[in-house]
Order: sequence, then structure tokens, then C-alpha cells
Amino acid sequence: MPTTPSNPLAVIAELTHRCPLHCVYCSNPLELANRSSELSIEIWSRVFREASALGVLQADFTGGEPLARTDIIDLIRAARAAGLYVNLITSGLPLDEAKLASLAEAGLDHLQLSFQGAQEDVAQEISGTKSHAQKLRVLGWLKNFRVAVTLNFVIHRRNIGQIPEMLAIAESSSATRIEFANVQYYGWAFANRENLLPTREQLDRSLELIKQAQERRKGKIRIESVVPDYYAKFPKPCMGGWGRKLILITPSGDALPCHAAQVIPGLKFGNVKSRSLREIWENSDAFQKFRGEEWMQEPCRSCDRREQDFGGCRCQALLLAGDAAATDPVCSLSPLRPKVDAILASVNAVPLVGAQHAPPHLGTISTISSESPSSQHSNWLYRPNPA
Amino acid sequence: MTLDLNSVPRLAPGCRLGENNKQQVLLMPERALRLNGPSLEIVQRCDGAHTVQEVVSDLQKLYSKADPQKVESDILGYLSLLHEQRALDFESSKQL
Repeated sequence: MPTTPSNPLAVIAELTHRCPLHCVYCSNPLELANRSSELSIEIWSRVFREASALGVLQADFTGGEPLARTDIIDLIRAARAAGLYVNLITSGLPLDEAKLASLAEAGLDHLQLSFQGAQEDVAQEISGTKSHAQKLRVLGWLKNFRVAVTLNFVIHRRNIGQIPEMLAIAESSSATRIEFANVQYYGWAFANRENLLPTREQLDRSLELIKQAQERRKGKIRIESVVPDYYAKFPKPCMGGWGRKLILITPSGDALPCHAAQVIPGLKFGNVKSRSLREIWENSDAFQKFRGEEWMQEPCRSCDRREQDFGGCRCQALLLAGDAAATDPVCSLSPLRPKVDAILASVNAVPLVGAQHAPPHLGTISTISSESPSSQHSNWLYRPNPA
Repeated sequence: MTLDLNSVPRLAPGCRLGENNKQQVLLMPERALRLNGPSLEIVQRCDGAHTVQEVVSDLQKLYSKADPQKVESDILGYLSLLHEQRALDFESSKQL
């Protein structure tokens, strides 16, 4: 069935995989792109123009650390010139006030500052870098610029108890938006899953605190919350549906329907170096593969929810069911849901104080960690910095 | 500052008008709002230079066939919705 796709609304531009942080839940693939393979600004500029012509409204500059690109100012200018709204998702590490001024002057619309915790010790354990104090300095500088600010708190077992302190950081800043985004389990997070998944009790408590804050801060700060979908009854409509709203470009130019799509064997990705964005969006094998409903199996195929969640996440289906076309196993209707319940049961059985001593399931990729930052936290698999 | 007829609405940082395929939109963090007719007329006036009263008067003239009371209450409702979405700040008219 040839499906005519709607317009993508946002292009996620992974400008680089280089990053000063080594977060144990990084959403980048295990195989990171080298600097030498990164797209030139000329190609990115063309991609932004093609995206705008295709109906895209927003560009999300991410990485890695997008500020690792020395041409970041010109990249922002190019996206604005193409008519796009520019989001920058950053660790804040490479920033000083002068750099921030030049980003704002170039037309940056929205800056999202990622936080690994509410205190230096947990933030350092998770990111393998001392970074928390710098983030607080960035928040101070941001008050001087007319740029929207979102604080992205990535939530997991080790920091889920810090919601009140995280709220306090946000309230002393110029942020109009907070994301409490629980880690989703792909890539590096999948490898570190047993040390990152919160317990049911922790999760329920945090959701209650977030709900109270949403009511208290209504009209002041928009607070958004994403639960770890292992605990959900139904799967998330991953990326708003495969090839329906978003297109992600890797540092070397492959166009992906989702961050983790490269884990799915046999998918052929178009590359923006040789094909137009429209051609890739409308015709490429990877985008067509899971569009519509033809690919669905039972119980999705006859399910009333199939137009709400599109069968959940294809990458998660591959990781947990070994079949990218299966119903996302986090769905309570999936025949494989007991597998997810078993993971949760083991996480909830481990006493919290001992959690950091449980070795993660590194599998065959543990050798990658030989380049990881020196750290006393040897039970984490840290993401290295690519060459 | 809260919403009343003397307050001055201004789009919040990171919120601005944009256009794509001839469709006017209000761009904001992680979302976009399609603007048509009256909503576009309202948002174009949220520039830090018009009081809510002035926006109301302008639109009552533009939509002179509509009930003026209804125009006012619709505008107040729309502005408070944009404020709740953090797309709009209200400044005191004394700052002008």
C-alpha cells in the first residue's frame, strides 16, 4: 500500500556526536560518528531549506553537544534564514556569556539545558564529568536574553528523589518550561537499564509531586512529564508515529524515522548528501517500512488503539521481542508483556541502597567502555567521546 | 502582572509569528499554533505596544457585525489560553 505521508513538522539535526559528557543513558547509538564524517554547513543549509519547503516548522539542534560544532552560529543563521524555528539542546558546558549573546544574536529561539540531577555528586556520577555548577552559571546568564528556556531533567533511579530540588532550580531561573523526562531504554540506557529503572514506589511518588507542581505553577511554568514506558499500560506513540511528524538526520547525513532506528536490521536509510529530504521522506525504504497499518501484527492489527499509539515503538519491539514489526512488548495487550513485568519485578526486588552495586548487563559491548572516563563508578557503562 | 483591560500583552521570549506554505503560525517551544482570521489579528497586536483594551477595540471594529461583548470575552479567553501555554506575558501599561 503506497501511503502518502503528511508533512514532517520538525527536523532533528544531530549535528555531531562529540560531547564533553559521557551520560550513561545517552540516546546516541552505541556506534558513534567520528568528526571526519560530519556534514558540512553547506549540506546542512540545503537540508534546512528543503525541510522548510517540505512544511517543517522547527529545527532541533542536538548531538552529542551541538556547541562542539565551531560553526554553530552560522548553522543557527542558516536555519533561521530558511524560515525555521531553532531549538538548541545543550549540556551548557561549552558556554560563556559572550557565546550565549552571539547565539541569541544569530536568532536562537529556544534553549534546552539538560540536567543530570539537582546536585553535583549524582550529576557527576551519571555524566562522568563535573558539570552541574556550570549549568547553574548558564541559568544565571540566560536571564539577560530573550530566548525561551526549558530545563530538561532526565529522570532515573538515582535522581528521581530530587524532584523538589529540581523544581527549586527551575523556579530561580527564567525557564518557562520544564521536562521531567524519564529515561527510555535504548542504546546506552538499555545497557545500563538495571541501574537506571526506578522502582514503582519511586515513580508514583515523583508523579504525585509533579502533578502538584503543575497545578501550583500553572501560568508560570509549563511542566511536562514522560514516564518510563516499561511502567505504562499502553505504549507511547513513538515519534508521533513512524514517518508521520519527525525526521532525524545523523551527523553523517543518514535520515532516520527515530533516534534508535539503526538497531533495526535491514533498514536502508537515505542520506541527505545524495538525496533530497522530500525524496527521502516520501520514498525511502526506512520511512515507508512502518508507515500506515499494513505491517502490523496482532494484537495491533485489530486494536482500537492502533491510530493512537501506532503499535508503540519499533525499536523497542526489536530490542525486547527480537522483531521490529511486533507489538511493542510494553503494551499490556502484548503476548510478551510478561518479559517486561519480569524486568520490573527484578528491579523492584533490589533494595534501593544496594542498587548502585548491582552490575549492569553489559553483554558484548562492554569493551567500548575502555575509553570511558576514569571513574570510581565502575558499574556504569559510560558513553565515550568519538574521535 | 495578570490579565486585565489595561495590561499590555507581549509574546513571551521564544514565541513568534512564522509562516509556512502561506499558513501563518505562532511558533513556540516544542509546538506551533495555526493562526486564522481573528486569532492572527489578536496575536499580531501582542507586541508590547497595545493594551488589551486597544486589541478589543480594534477587533470590535474589524468584526463590526459580531456582538461586541462576545468579541471581548473571546479575546480575553484566547489571551488567557496563550498565557497558560506560556506564549504570552502581560506587562503593566505604566511601563509604556
